[in-house]
Amino acid sequence: MDFLEIFLSANFWAAALRIATPLVFGVIGALICERAGVLNLGIEGIFTAGAMAGWMAVWLGAGLWGGVLVAAGAGAFFGLIHAILTVPLGLSQHVSGIGVTLFATSLSYFTYRTALPDVSSPPRIEPFKPLDIPGLSDLPFIGPALFQQTALTFLALFVVAATAFVLYRTPLGLAIRAVGDNPSAVESQGLSVYGLRIGAVVVGSALMALGGAFLTMSAFDAFFFGMVNGRGWICIALTVFASWRPGKALLGALLFGAFDAFQVRLQTDVGSFIPGQVFLMMPYVLSIAALILVARKADYPRALLTPYFRGQR
Amino acid sequence: MIRFEPREPASLQRLILIPVAAAIVALVLAAIPITAAGVNTFTAYGLMAKGAFGSMFAFTEMLTRAAPLILTGLAAAIAFRAKLWNIGAEGQLYAGALAAVAVGTGWIDAPAVVLLPLVILAGAAAGGLVMLGPTLLKTRLGVDEVVTTLLLNFVILLFVQMMLEGPMQDPMGMGWPQSEPMLDAATLPKLMSRMRIHGGLIIAFAAAIAIHILLKRTVWGFEIRAVGENASAAAHAGLPVKATFIRVGLLSGAMAGLAGVGEVAGLKGYLTADLSPGFGYSGIVVAMLAGLSPLGVVIAALFIASIFVGADSMSRATSVSNYLADLIVAMSLICVLISGLFLRFRIKFVKPRTNISQETQ
Repeated sequence: MDFLEIFLSANFWAAALRIATPLVFGVIGALICERAGVLNLGIEGIFTAGAMAGWMAVWLGAGLWGGVLVAAGAGAFFGLIHAILTVPLGLSQHVSGIGVTLFATSLSYFTYRTALPDVSSPPRIEPFKPLDIPGLSDLPFIGPALFQQTALTFLALFVVAATAFVLYRTPLGLAIRAVGDNPSAVESQGLSVYGLRIGAVVVGSALMALGGAFLTMSAFDAFFFGMVNGRGWICIALTVFASWRPGKALLGALLFGAFDAFQVRLQTDVGSFIPGQVFLMMPYVLSIAALILVARKADYPRALLTPYFRGQR
Repeated sequence: MIRFEPREPASLQRLILIPVAAAIVALVLAAIPITAAGVNTFTAYGLMAKGAFGSMFAFTEMLTRAAPLILTGLAAAIAFRAKLWNIGAEGQLYAGALAAVAVGTGWIDAPAVVLLPLVILAGAAAGGLVMLGPTLLKTRLGVDEVVTTLLLNFVILLFVQMMLEGPMQDPMGMGWPQSEPMLDAATLPKLMSRMRIHGGLIIAFAAAIAIHILLKRTVWGFEIRAVGENASAAAHAGLPVKATFIRVGLLSGAMAGLAGVGEVAGLKGYLTADLSPGFGYSGIVVAMLAGLSPLGVVIAALFIASIFVGADSMSRATSVSNYLADLIVAMSLICVLISGLFLRFRIKFVKPRTNISQETQ
């Protein structure tokens, strides 16, 4: 197959956008947490919890948007745990994040297993359908690329714009960015460092969970063990790659989605003499490469990983 | 208003009491999911205790499960001591197992006195080399090792699957993705007849003692502790910070690699891609429960192993899923993190307005 042919097909870009959507939620969520100074390694477990909780809510009859809300709530719950451990208690953000990932993952698996003790094939739900907007969907190229997507993809794009607006155009955004760079300056303005950080982690975690919910409610229609498969960690890498900016986060996720969609198509061509695992490795290798690429100039939020204690200089 | 006051260096009693309390709290909290699954908590815990300690077989199974947990626990403990966040023990374990299989399935034909040490060395070296990459990326380029080690776990597992479906597949395995069996001369001896308990446990104990001596009694150990307390101060004092990170990375990866050796050369006898049920990640919990002490790791690993073995046995008899074990392990980690505060700080409840808390480090 011709490479150019791949890049010029609307199907390819539709796939890229679909692969990018959960990552967009995850990267924006991680970015909000880290901008406030808190690394959230709970992301992998929060993805799993969002995927499980959202799916289960729909399966129990809550409706698709009800499922989205439940997923966000589950994310916020685990985010709150991480926030309490790392912000007022000032515990290691690395270890607490791993703890939240282990807790959220095992609780999701336990809940799923307890609710469905002996199913051999996972039950399915009716997932989100592609939005079909008369007129727009019929546009050449853009129509099929953009309007093969479900409502959650559009929600992700809206979240990017909203996050960029709040971070850079509102006093709240200024305070969130400041609390990740120089918390004592925020304190001296009479704002609550704890409040801002906890709020950012809870909101960021709710968004991460939507990334998980996309997997079970749009990309697939069922929940599988191990389905998150490192997507959360990839988001943490992409956040560094995007230098903590929402626009670049979207770009990074799309680039990643495009590469992934490309290698899947390449696989059908050369898959006969290159083992499939080589292609499956690519997302992780690519994330590591992205980290190495930006390592020298990465401009971490200055107070990232540093707990803040009131009255401390 | 809560206020934290730093404590004097913690007493040994407190060092032991804190993780024990955390484990108990985690077990009490686990009553909620057990009850939700419709089983009496005491029945469930009774069955778990029986499953881990109820017979000689149960007890040796528990010890067999503890061996890899001790080693991955040591991998995390020594790395975290230097604040090198190696979350990649899972991948390093598989690298060690793969190397052990590469050396021990017929490539080299030698008597056990030669072959077995070679297998062990190859596994340790492979684990160490896998960790060397992220460590060098950290010291040379400033790439965060947390994310690179986490991502490498997936890469290595896929690499193992690739080898097991390709060049290292057992031709007699009827198409299953598994390696050829280890030669008898490359197999760790069994410690008891008719039980699965094997020499990997001896390796694990020896490693714990060696790391303990390294940390307490040697210059390298002093450097590791100093770098972990404050890397920039250690650099100012002229300590070789980068070299210390590299040593710690190699050693930490080697511990995880040894865990892989034990599982293939002691327990399974051949390699499959489901060799480890997350030993690398549980090792982090083991290390934290142990307060990063190498000897404490042994005790903590025994606790975690009895949870896993007990829950497996209990879930066969009741409707409680054995994911309960993972849940208890995760809650233990969170509880021990919180209870660690009681170790480092005296926690006082003070009235608002008078709260000028001191720097707490």
